[in-house]
Amino acid sequence: MSLLTIEGMEAAEMSRLLDLADGFVEVLDRPVPKVPALQGRTIGMLFYESSTRTRMSFERAAKALSADTMSFTPSGSSVSKGESLKDTALTVGSMGPDLLVVRHGSTGAPWRVAEWTGLPVINAGDGAHQHPTQALLDCLTLRQHFGSIDGLRVAIVGDIRHSRVARSTAQAFAAMGASVTFVAPTTLLPVDVNGWPVTTTSDFDGLISDLDVVYMLRIQQERGGGDVFPSIGEYVTRFGLTRRRADRLPVHTMVLHPGPMNRGVEIDPAVADGPRSLVTKQVANGVAVRMAVLFDQLSGAGSR
Amino acid sequence: MPEVLNSDDLGRALRRIAHEIAERNHGTANLVLLGIPRRGVPLAQRIAAVLGEIEGPKPPVGALDISMYRDDIASRPTPTMHASSVPVDVTDRTVVLVDDVLYTGRTIRAALDAVNGFGRPAAVQLAVLVDRGHRQFPIRADFVGKNLPTSGIEEVVVAVEEVDGVDSVRVEVADSAAGVQP
Repeated sequence: MSLLTIEGMEAAEMSRLLDLADGFVEVLDRPVPKVPALQGRTIGMLFYESSTRTRMSFERAAKALSADTMSFTPSGSSVSKGESLKDTALTVGSMGPDLLVVRHGSTGAPWRVAEWTGLPVINAGDGAHQHPTQALLDCLTLRQHFGSIDGLRVAIVGDIRHSRVARSTAQAFAAMGASVTFVAPTTLLPVDVNGWPVTTTSDFDGLISDLDVVYMLRIQQERGGGDVFPSIGEYVTRFGLTRRRADRLPVHTMVLHPGPMNRGVEIDPAVADGPRSLVTKQVANGVAVRMAVLFDQLSGAGSR
Repeated sequence: MPEVLNSDDLGRALRRIAHEIAERNHGTANLVLLGIPRRGVPLAQRIAAVLGEIEGPKPPVGALDISMYRDDIASRPTPTMHASSVPVDVTDRTVVLVDDVLYTGRTIRAALDAVNGFGRPAAVQLAVLVDRGHRQFPIRADFVGKNLPTSGIEEVVVAVEEVDGVDSVRVEVADSAAGVQP
């Protein structure tokens, strides 16, 4: 059983994984933050796109469960000699991993890898499509802070069009009962949000006093996100979480960001490091959530 | 099937265990009691309360989750995880593990590993409400409420008020009379 997408996952299933993650938050807080649960298991990590936190977070999660990891990056591998995704996947798959964690720039790549190898696959981000463990860690962070996600008013602000985080996280929040608004210039909104559990607006200021959560996104220059508005300055003026804008948020409103942050662009450094920020909490929760997902995939009858 | 211990019997057994723990350890000064969820935790709290009555300050009590240390994670349904809460550094203390039933010994084997995640105790002792035999590991209890010889098709059902609303120990014939289960 792979974890490829958050789309269609029911709230009860998410809650079950979050409960498990709560347990691992406690494990990570122990004097020896490591349990032997997945001893003897091997997790293959195929990261075709750069990553700091997701990759290290999976690595940390696997090790805290006593699983072994083998890692792959395209540079310094046979990909630079022209090896295809399929051949690389089959090669790594033949070395006996019990599960693969896959990040790739193309939508759907993790599904193909699962098909080719017959192994369970966790999607660690495919193109602008899905990033299910990010969605789960965001849910865990909100649930910890607010007690429940149900009824929260959430704005996801920034480069929605190129963001797999916006897609998966919005779906997860909505499934858990939050009302989600995408806030962006029209050029950074998806072409069509028909069927999405969200509303859209380009008027951040009109919304700002009615929010429980502001979720800021980076402009994804590498996917062309920087080419569709006149200037960074203008973007910041209308869509940046500046200090002035943050001061207009209700007192209880919290700020999330999946990282990496471009300080001074979508978020002011003082806000990123301020008392509203749950950013470091998100990163910490990422490890616990990935432990929960890995453990869930690799435990239980018939898992070996 | 018959009730082996009723509420009064269960209370008496726990009181005796508390006395034995105090006797063996010359008091309660260096003790910490760790219950194994779920039913070991309220049992540990009750034993600690008795120790507080008879020996002065009540020793610290915690919960020790062993689900991540089980040796059957890949062969049985995904276990439920309970949060551990170990209120003090166990290093150089005497840890008394408390569980409801001692059977194969696999749970205690896991618990011994789990304790090490919290420090290096001076000693680990084991208190159980019921010892039903059929050990699969070289493990024994230091304090036993009731020795209960059973067969593999029988099941020892412990109920404690904090979890089940009532105190009792009964022996039943298991629905799935399929040999020894951990």
